[in-house]
Amino acid sequence: MATNNAQTAVVVDDLHKSFGPLEVLKGVSLIAKQGDVVSMIGSSGSGKSTFLRCINFLELPSRGRIVVTGEEISLKPGADGNMHPSDRRQVERIRTKLGMVFQSFNLWQHMTVLQNVIEAPVHVLKLSKKEATERGEALLHKVGLFEKRDQYPAFLSGGQQQRAAIARALCMEPKVMLFDEPTSALDPELVGEVLKVIRDLAEEGRTMILVTHEMKFARDVSSHVMYLHKGIVEEEGPPKQVFGSPNSERCKQFVSSIH
Amino acid sequence: MRWDWLPTYFPFLVHGLLVTLLILVFSVVVGFILAVPIGLAQVTGSLATRSFAKAFCNYIRGTPLLTQIWLLYYGVGSLFPLIPGLRENFMWLIRLDAIYYVLLAFTLSFAGYEAEIMRGAFLSVPRGELEAARAFGMSPWKVTSRVWFPRAVLQVLPTLTGEVIGQLKSTPLAFTVPVMDLMGATSKIRQDTYIIYEPLIFLALIYMVLTFIITRAFGYLERLIPTRR
Repeated sequence: MATNNAQTAVVVDDLHKSFGPLEVLKGVSLIAKQGDVVSMIGSSGSGKSTFLRCINFLELPSRGRIVVTGEEISLKPGADGNMHPSDRRQVERIRTKLGMVFQSFNLWQHMTVLQNVIEAPVHVLKLSKKEATERGEALLHKVGLFEKRDQYPAFLSGGQQQRAAIARALCMEPKVMLFDEPTSALDPELVGEVLKVIRDLAEEGRTMILVTHEMKFARDVSSHVMYLHKGIVEEEGPPKQVFGSPNSERCKQFVSSIH
Repeated sequence: MRWDWLPTYFPFLVHGLLVTLLILVFSVVVGFILAVPIGLAQVTGSLATRSFAKAFCNYIRGTPLLTQIWLLYYGVGSLFPLIPGLRENFMWLIRLDAIYYVLLAFTLSFAGYEAEIMRGAFLSVPRGELEAARAFGMSPWKVTSRVWFPRAVLQVLPTLTGEVIGQLKSTPLAFTVPVMDLMGATSKIRQDTYIIYEPLIFLALIYMVLTFIITRAFGYLERLIPTRR
């Protein structure tokens, strides 16, 4: 497999993950080229969030290879049965290229919206505060939160918090955006405003890996859809195929039950 | 009521007030600085550091402050003369002055209580916020200094107000070894003048004013970062 191909944003090869005796990922692979929007769908417990969290090592895989923008993360086996990064700094550097958006936003509550957005650019990328603020304010404009920049997260709605969290991730100018069920914690009436922001990003040609329960959205924005079931990829392909004429019986049931 | 003693003894009271403030501010500031690593050690440390930190907190919280002060002053303090040559050393002067023992005892006591509070505070910071910090490439040190610690302090600010006020009201214990704090100064005035109540009333007023100032100062800090509770 090509590891030095600049066109390839993320390569995951044969990823396994066990929590004790429970194997939640049984060899999942993924290739995301620049500009791809890969959606991962599947019922709860299928392992899709765990898979996403393994890409930036919030979860340690038990086995497998991970390559981000051509750089393979070097791993060594640990006593706990997981693979550990051999070099913490390599993982920290790789993480700056992966903009993560969480289900529960995870904004830092002791900082204003703007402080949240510029925190990592200033303290990790070592951007000047001025430069980061300009970048951050432009992004807050983009997600429609410029007026809220000096508010604390606790005083925003869920949809506003998630849009702020997206701006925070974008401010790192990541090569790939990772979305972990970005709308699952939102009230139904707030889902639309967040999906709109994500859709805009997809249309800009950003590389994204998206774990979602929003089937219609996944069909609209994705270039590639993966259906996970019990830790394996049961079906994958262009959205037309996965949603329209899946080969797998289970996938057929899953997409029809959602519609 | 007799207040004619007040002008005469006023400078004496001011000196007592300064000693009380010295004990309070020193022990709160240094004690808190010690409490942070001790609290953190209980959350993240190895078994050895965790046990040591836990044992320290148990000793401090399990014994009266007065006992701790006396153990230091009469116990450790009386060991120094046994060290040969120390009597001729400049350290001898330091060992004589009770204020050093008082500062040490109050600092360790505050550190022990606050370490326990910080332990809980560190644990109460939502995991997701720490995960987000890691996800953006922060090193363990950055995660702790930029997110974990400030977030934890924010949680305990209301508790800290009470702790500092409690510490203020423990300071009269210093008078037992003998340090001339506000309490000590007041007692001296009563002995000298045979006036029983008025100095005590004045003393109570000063403590109330100090408590009021502490409450206000922490209230200001809490309002700096508004949170929804």
